[in-house]
Amino acid sequence: MRRLDPFLPLLCAVVLALLAPVLSPYVSDFVVKVMILSIFALSLELLVGMTGLVSLGHAAFYGIGAYATVLASGTEGGSIALLLPLAMGSAAAYALFVGALSLRTRGVYFIMVTLAFAQMAYFVFHDTKVGGGSDGIYMYVRPTLGAIDMESRAVQFYVVLAALVACYGLLALVRRSRFGAALAGIRVNEQRMRAAGFAVYGYKLAAFVLAGALAGLAGFLLAARDGVVNPELLAWHNSGEVLLMIILGGLGHLRGAIIGAVAFTLLKELLSTHGFVGPLADHWQLTLGIAIIAFVALLPKGIIGIAARLSPKGST
Amino acid sequence: MDIGTFLVQCLNAVQYGLLLFLVASGLTLIFGIMGVINLAHGSFYMLGAYMAFALSPLFGDQFIVMLIAGVALAAIFGYLLEWAFFSYLYQRDHLQQVLMTYGLILVFEEVRSLLMGNDVHGVKPPPWLEGSFALGSLMRYPWYRLFASAACIVLAVALYLVVNRTRLGMMIRAGASNRDMVRGLGIDIRKLYRIVFAAGVALAALAGMIAAPMSSVYPGMGASVLIICFVVVVIGGIGSIPGALVASLLVGFVDTFGKVLFAELSGMGVYVLMAIVLIWRPEGLMGRKT
Repeated sequence: MRRLDPFLPLLCAVVLALLAPVLSPYVSDFVVKVMILSIFALSLELLVGMTGLVSLGHAAFYGIGAYATVLASGTEGGSIALLLPLAMGSAAAYALFVGALSLRTRGVYFIMVTLAFAQMAYFVFHDTKVGGGSDGIYMYVRPTLGAIDMESRAVQFYVVLAALVACYGLLALVRRSRFGAALAGIRVNEQRMRAAGFAVYGYKLAAFVLAGALAGLAGFLLAARDGVVNPELLAWHNSGEVLLMIILGGLGHLRGAIIGAVAFTLLKELLSTHGFVGPLADHWQLTLGIAIIAFVALLPKGIIGIAARLSPKGST
Repeated sequence: MDIGTFLVQCLNAVQYGLLLFLVASGLTLIFGIMGVINLAHGSFYMLGAYMAFALSPLFGDQFIVMLIAGVALAAIFGYLLEWAFFSYLYQRDHLQQVLMTYGLILVFEEVRSLLMGNDVHGVKPPPWLEGSFALGSLMRYPWYRLFASAACIVLAVALYLVVNRTRLGMMIRAGASNRDMVRGLGIDIRKLYRIVFAAGVALAALAGMIAAPMSSVYPGMGASVLIICFVVVVIGGIGSIPGALVASLLVGFVDTFGKVLFAELSGMGVYVLMAIVLIWRPEGLMGRKT
C-alpha cells in the first residue's frame, strides 16, 4: 500500500479517463466542475500551503483568466493556442502587480491587501463596460485547436483532466525543485532564509505570479466550459471558498487541495439539495457557515489529517 | 465645479469618512489588541442598520434614545459573542481566523434573511431632522447628514478621551503596543479583550444605525463596508486610532471626489490610494515598523 501511494493520483486520473464515456451527463458535468475547482485550489495551495502566504484575493486571477478568454474570443471564437496563454498571461500580469505591492507587507496586512486588490479588479468588471458590467458577457464560439473543439462535452472533460494532471505534475516538480525547497524554507523561517542569502522577496513574488497564472488556467477552463463570465467570479466569496477547500483537504499536501475541492463542492451540493436535508436546503448558508466553523475548529489539519491520525505510521 | 457643489461634496466626504472611522476604529483595535482578523466586523454594521429599521417604529421621534438603546444591545451582543466564539480564536493562526469568521458571516447573513427577509428597506430620519438648509445660492444640504457628522465627531472625541485619558484607555494602548507585557503585568487580559470587543461591535453597530436613514438597509451591506475598512486600516496602520481617523477621512475624500470627477472608475480610487501608501509606507501612515 505504501509503495503504491505516490502513484495514487495518477491512478485516479486514469480511472477518471476510462470512466468518462460511461458517466451520466449530470455526473460528468459535476466532475468537470470539480476538476476546474481543483486546479484553482492547487494554484492557491502553492501560495498558502507551500509558501505560507495566506491570500484572500485569489479569485481575482481566476476571474481575470476567464474574462480574458471571453473578451479575446470575440464573436469569431479563437484558438486555444492563443487564448490559453493570453488568459494565463493576463492573470499573471495582474498577479505581478498585486504581488509586487502586497508582498511588501506580511501576515494580516497581506490578507487584507490581497482582498482589497481583488475587490478592485471586481469593481473594474462590475462598474465599467469593459466586460458587460454586472451582467457579464457571453462567449459566442468556444475555443478550438485543430480537432479539439471545446464545444463537445467529451472534449471538455479530457482537456480539463489533462490540465489538472499537468498542473498537479508541475506543482509536484516545483515541490521537489530547489525553488520549492526555498519556498518551504520561507514558510518555516523567512528570517533564516534571508540570512542564508536568499532573495526572499523574489522567491515569494515568483510563487505569487505562478499561482496567479495557474488560477488563470482554471479561469480559462471555466470560461470554455460555461461560455459565460460575470463579475461574481472575482467576488471575495470565491476567494474565501477556495481557501476553505485547501484547508478542508489538508494544507501542505497537493492532494489535499483536490480532496478539499471535492469535499467542499459535495458539501455545498448536499446542503442545498432538498432531497438530503429537507427544508433546511433553503437555508444552506446557515448550515454551510456552521459546518465551516465546525470543520476548522475540529479538523485544523483537514481531511488528510484524519487519515494521518488513523494510521499509526503517521503522515502520508 | 462651483463653490456650492464643492462645499456639499466636502461635507459628504467628511461625513462618509467619519462613519468609516467608527467601523474601522473597532476593527483596528480588535486586531491591534487581540490579534484577531475579524471578517465578520461588517456584519455588525449591518446589524446596526437593521436595528435602526426594526427599532425606529418603536421609538418614534426619540431618535437619540433609540441610538443609545441600540448601542447597549450591540455591546451586550458583542460581549456574549466574544465569550461564546471569539475567545476561542486567539490561539489559532490567521488562516483559521479568516475561515471561521467567514463562516460566521454566512450564519449572520442567513439569520438576517430569516428574521428580516431579503428586501431593501428605507429608514426615515427623525421628524426633527428632516428637511435641508441652503448652502450657497443653489445647493441645499440635509440636516440629517450634518447631524450624522456631528454625532461622529462627538464619538471620535469621546473615543479619544477614553483611550488617552482613562485607566481603561491606558490598558488598551498598552495592549495594542505589547500584548504579552500587559498580560505579564497582571492585567486581566480576558476582561480587557471582552470590553474592547464589545466596544468594537457597539461602534460598528452605531455607525450602521446612523447610516441607515442615509443609505438604504439591504442584504450584504456589511461586506462592502468591511473591505473599505480593511483599506482604511491598511492605510492608517494596524492598531492606530489616529491613523484610522486620518485614513478614513482620506478615503472619504478620495471616494466622494472620485465619484464626482471620474464617474465610472470611481470604485478604484481608494485602492489606488492604498497602492500608493503601500509603496511609500508599507506599515501604514501611522503604523509602527515591524
